[in-house]
Amino acid sequence: MAHTSDLIASDIDAYLESHEHKSLLRFITCGSVDDGKSTLIGRLLYESHLVFEDHLAALEADSRKVGTQGGDLDFALLVDGLAAEREQGITIDVAYRFFSTERRKFIVADTPGHEQYTRNMVTGASTADLAVILIDARKGVLTQTRRHSFLVSLLGIRKVVLAVNKLDMVDYSQDVHNRIEEDYRTFAAGIGITDIVAIPMSALKGDNITEPSANTPWYHGPTLIGYLETVEIADEVEFGPFRMPVQWVSRPDLDFRGFAGQIVGGSVRPGDQVRVLPSGQISTVSRIVTFDGDLDEAVAGLSVTITLTDEIDVSRGDVLAAAADPPGVADQFEAHVVWMGEHEMLPGRPYLLKLGTRTVGATITQPKYKINVNTLEHTATKTLELNEIGVCNLSLDRAVAFDPYAANRDMGGFVLIDRLTNNTVGAGLIHFALRRADNIHWQSIEVDKAAHATLKGQRPCVVWFTGLSGSGKSTIANLVEKQLHAQGRHTYLLDGDNVRHGLNKDLGFTEADRVENIRRVAEVSRLMVDAGLIVLVSFISPFRAERELARSMVADGEFLEIFVDTPLEVAEQRDPKGLYRKARLGELTNFTGIDSPYEAPERPDLHVDTTALSSEQAAERVIDLLRAHGALGT
Amino acid sequence: MTTRLDPHHRTLTHLQRLEAESIAIMREAVAEAEHPVMLYSVGKDSSVMLHLAMKAFYPAKPPFPLLHVDTTWKFQEMYEFRDKLVAELGVDLLVHRNPECVELGINPFTHGSAVHTDMWKTEGLKQALDLHRFDVAFGGARRDEEKSRAKERIFSVRTAQHRWDAKQQRPELWRLYNVRKNVGESIRVFPLSNWTELDVWQYIHLEEIPIVPLYYAAPRPVVERDGTLIMVDDDRMPLAPGEVPEQRSVRFRTLGCYPLTGAIESTADTLTGIIQEMLLTTTSERQGRVIDHDSSGSMEKKKQEGYF
Repeated sequence: MAHTSDLIASDIDAYLESHEHKSLLRFITCGSVDDGKSTLIGRLLYESHLVFEDHLAALEADSRKVGTQGGDLDFALLVDGLAAEREQGITIDVAYRFFSTERRKFIVADTPGHEQYTRNMVTGASTADLAVILIDARKGVLTQTRRHSFLVSLLGIRKVVLAVNKLDMVDYSQDVHNRIEEDYRTFAAGIGITDIVAIPMSALKGDNITEPSANTPWYHGPTLIGYLETVEIADEVEFGPFRMPVQWVSRPDLDFRGFAGQIVGGSVRPGDQVRVLPSGQISTVSRIVTFDGDLDEAVAGLSVTITLTDEIDVSRGDVLAAAADPPGVADQFEAHVVWMGEHEMLPGRPYLLKLGTRTVGATITQPKYKINVNTLEHTATKTLELNEIGVCNLSLDRAVAFDPYAANRDMGGFVLIDRLTNNTVGAGLIHFALRRADNIHWQSIEVDKAAHATLKGQRPCVVWFTGLSGSGKSTIANLVEKQLHAQGRHTYLLDGDNVRHGLNKDLGFTEADRVENIRRVAEVSRLMVDAGLIVLVSFISPFRAERELARSMVADGEFLEIFVDTPLEVAEQRDPKGLYRKARLGELTNFTGIDSPYEAPERPDLHVDTTALSSEQAAERVIDLLRAHGALGT
Repeated sequence: MTTRLDPHHRTLTHLQRLEAESIAIMREAVAEAEHPVMLYSVGKDSSVMLHLAMKAFYPAKPPFPLLHVDTTWKFQEMYEFRDKLVAELGVDLLVHRNPECVELGINPFTHGSAVHTDMWKTEGLKQALDLHRFDVAFGGARRDEEKSRAKERIFSVRTAQHRWDAKQQRPELWRLYNVRKNVGESIRVFPLSNWTELDVWQYIHLEEIPIVPLYYAAPRPVVERDGTLIMVDDDRMPLAPGEVPEQRSVRFRTLGCYPLTGAIESTADTLTGIIQEMLLTTTSERQGRVIDHDSSGSMEKKKQEGYF
């Protein structure tokens, strides 16, 4: 096999012509040290003539020194990598090996079979088209075989080679082989693996690796290499509608604006209608640009640059998709989560989630259950530890385009990144999107917001006054509340200074504390809205992001932003509490407007210019706004 | 390449898949990097990596400079090839020579190969990355080169001291690469991770990528030392008494500092001839490199110290 073709010597051009058009198969091998996995991979490399004389000399020396085959070539030594693990005699990470034959190039993900290394197997399986699961013929289907098969199935690999290895140790018994195959098929059917080829072999002796073995005359199936060379590769091309996450927007000059990415589903042609997700805008493919010239069709797997006929907004992280068959867009999912971090998963903690080319903030709920990978039992849990797998809901801080993992690995597989260490701490496989209400299980309350509001005869809302210190927020808010009270409305005024004396007295004025300050006030406002109140909030609230957060906590239309706009010099001149003077003297730090920024609202519901309006006039405008908004009922 | 698809056979070839993967890796790194750079060693893997970069960002030029960490001891033909190629492609090239080495005149003859390599290459690389504050550096290393590289990530995080820590390497799933890093950390990115030596040669052949002529056999002046053929590339090379360079038809399978790079006797003076020879050969590519022979596991040690 391998490159022994006579063509190399006789007609190198013909040889290259055929070999430059080989296909590529990626597979994963699963098994423990005892199953002879390293021996099998070493054997594949050896048989494909990728073991050179100098490597072989080193192998012979090593085999004598640390080999386990009594001085015979120990193929396992060819693939054991890092010095540390060589000493321990086990492999502790994913290694990628390469070999090729006359028909195909192969990339092998070599992963250890120990229970604590689920992380590595999941990683190796994520890029594999097929799995080779090794079984020691003397031992049959073991717990670890089930574990490997479950992970293979979870990661969406449908084709399995059951390598019944070490058959030489059981006298090449057909009965042993058949019993193992039958056991395995029974188990595998239960987890959805049905495309199985069982091959009796001895990696050590070379039986049924490349040549049919004389020791197994009863076996008429393919050799391992024979099968790997010919098995149909689950062709990405045929899978589903067009999908391309945008990696990079190419703008070499004013006349060219292309969207670069790797196609992860379907195919595309100029003239095709595409939809940009998550915005939903539609355009038409103008050109498919490559260094080698424009293409009239591009298929999944290729990296291309696409131009559109319309000047619409597309940026990195967006997905270009078939207009007629677009992916979903959602900000909440149910997913399998595989935990890979040294520290346990913390439900509620903000992580980063990378899906395709987009990275967003995400929190994970307490797992619904975790899965025992050995027994496949579901058990209740509060968290996931390293190498544990559970089913969780995720809530993202913005909507993303996705397909279920089962439909498209690249559109449904994501990683979770720790915000502090930036390490990859988890991987996830999307099942489906959740409607917002499905996700968080509220305590069921019979007397709800509508009931509270009806009783009070008003429409509850938050009236959020923002502006510099000394702009007149509290004065105006006070006037508004007095008038509403006089009209029999149920109100409450949350004032920055007052809240800081109680609820928020543990917070200072750093950026982080200011954010937390506003978050708490927003939460309290939300509860009060639930209680049916008209909540007046008078806070400097200098950051746009936090005001947006407060807005997002209540329903659409329940948040009214009032920008009390007073120029800094005017506010500083008024200085009702003497704070500006102190800040200028350096006695106060992080003071908004002086050494801490104020981000003015871009589109407030009401803009009050205090240089043009008195406080009373401003209060009237707010009341008018509330009335127009329907907050004051009938 | 033949990105055009045969309508009857829509499966991508292995080279198409490798090319698309490398391009995606480069785009992803550049999209998230602040100051990316491509390490350019003038060798065949660098040629392929540069060619892929031209494709990845077409019609724009690659949005990063090339960095050649020079030792002043490369083959003359490498310098000529480098300067010509850079001019033709219109890409930016930075050349860094460790000033300490320049001052001390570090060379492999007086100081030995280990000191020479460590100071010019390992230290020189760290200096250049620090000097320009590069946070993402592309390298042409492949996983098939050496056992310890089989587990190297495509995106490999380095500490602020440029050290590689096996425990800090991140799992890489699907086509998702985590390009985030903490202050001071940097990431080495290896777009050719999944290529083999044969893939590289096939791709050079298919794409007609220019390579340094030293890869082709030609009569060259060489001396034989400890069984290794060393080319006398300039008059800085000290000859032992009675040692006379002889003209032999040789070529190089890897390129580096000429005193540290063994030639092989060959008559392969065409690309297909080289590939033919490679396929029929029985020694691995790195054997021509002197640094690997030190001790078992030496590449792993070098990697931990910041060598590529």
